[in-house]
Amino acid sequence: MSGIMIAVTSLCAIAAVCGVVLVVASKYMSVPENEMFPAIRACLPGANCGACGYAGCDGYANALAEGTETRTNLCVPGASGAAAAVAAVMGVEAGEVIKRVAYVACNGDCENAKHKYEYAGINTCSAANSLFAGEWACPSSCMGYGDCEAACPSDAIHVVNGVAKVNFAKCTGCGICTKQCPKHIISLRRFAEDRVLVRCSNTQAGGVAGKACAVACIGCKKCEKTCQHDAIHVVDNLARIDYDKCVACGECVENCPKHVLVKL
Amino acid sequence: MTKILSIMFVMIFTENYVLVQFLGICPFLGVSKKFDSALGMSGAVIVVMSLASAATWLIYTYVMVPNGLEYLSTIIFILVIAALVQFVEIFLKRYMPPLYRALGVYLPLITTNCIVLAATLLNVEESYTFLESCVNGFAAGVGFGLALILFCGVRKAVENAKPPKCFEGLPITLVAAALTSLTFMSFTGMAEKLFGG
Repeated sequence: MSGIMIAVTSLCAIAAVCGVVLVVASKYMSVPENEMFPAIRACLPGANCGACGYAGCDGYANALAEGTETRTNLCVPGASGAAAAVAAVMGVEAGEVIKRVAYVACNGDCENAKHKYEYAGINTCSAANSLFAGEWACPSSCMGYGDCEAACPSDAIHVVNGVAKVNFAKCTGCGICTKQCPKHIISLRRFAEDRVLVRCSNTQAGGVAGKACAVACIGCKKCEKTCQHDAIHVVDNLARIDYDKCVACGECVENCPKHVLVKL
Repeated sequence: MTKILSIMFVMIFTENYVLVQFLGICPFLGVSKKFDSALGMSGAVIVVMSLASAATWLIYTYVMVPNGLEYLSTIIFILVIAALVQFVEIFLKRYMPPLYRALGVYLPLITTNCIVLAATLLNVEESYTFLESCVNGFAAGVGFGLALILFCGVRKAVENAKPPKCFEGLPITLVAAALTSLTFMSFTGMAEKLFGG
């Protein structure tokens, strides 16, 4: 037998042995895949945003297919369409998808907030926060370096004049920015229901907060006295709204001396 | 024993495949973004390289040498490594699902990793014994892991820096990789002094 024949046959023989081993292995060690998984996965938009609380669309589809998750309306980008499609595959009733958006509980822009010192370090919120909790006098102030902006997958949040602002039309409510913010001042709210917002997170006493920022909640309780629905209360020097009771009448917004409250 | 220690030292430090011989740069740049994934990839490479060294040594010694097929080592090793990685993947999926999920996409990626092939070819070239081959594969994997994890730390610092616009992203990462590799150059010649090699 000539050299090339030996080479070709021996290579083919080794390849055949490897192939047979793999075929046998895949046959005897196979793991059955849930047949619902591909069908459910096809209904989801594939944004992998994580708004459902799972690691991407695959994770959510897998949880649904395995039966560990029963709620079909968790997909925010897919909205009611995806919820209905998933429910149809699973043979259950689809729930309503509540649109949620992020909002930044701070209004201390460059004119209103006072500086504690001049920061000249790395341009990220988390880095600035690690140096004496940032340059702003208010300990709960938006840092304005845009960690949220960099993390947002849908280009919905932008720093304008030192404060992050959310474009509610673009926001999908995935909540990635809420995890990025070192000050924890971004939270999700229901888009349609929660109409009155508190644009401050400062829990310092009134005088201290007032000196740190011109638009800080000073805990004067005017809103609490104004509200006829018992929906707003000052807790730890900061106005907080109970959205189960709030009817968005807007009386507190008109009476707030610092314009902390806003009605959308 | 000295030989084993010498192989380990050489493969991890002086002849580190990634930072000195510049092999396996693709996963080195691709998987060093996060510490967790770097750790997962390192683990997978160590396991696969140890297994591949053992398997290829057996095939080379008992199949290829008796039949005079040494000149086919490259192509046969590629074949064997690819099949081995596939087999390990099937095996892990069946018997160790947590480990399979932890390694994830990195396991099949190793099939195309030239480090594994380099280590197995080196075993043959240096005519190592079976034990030495296994140690060589294992140590080369540890060296890869060390480089990956070190670079992961370097990269975190680089990401926080603000380089000129034209250097942002991959270019500055490559510069950082070059500087990291320079530090490993300082191990040159150390093995000869230590082990009298």
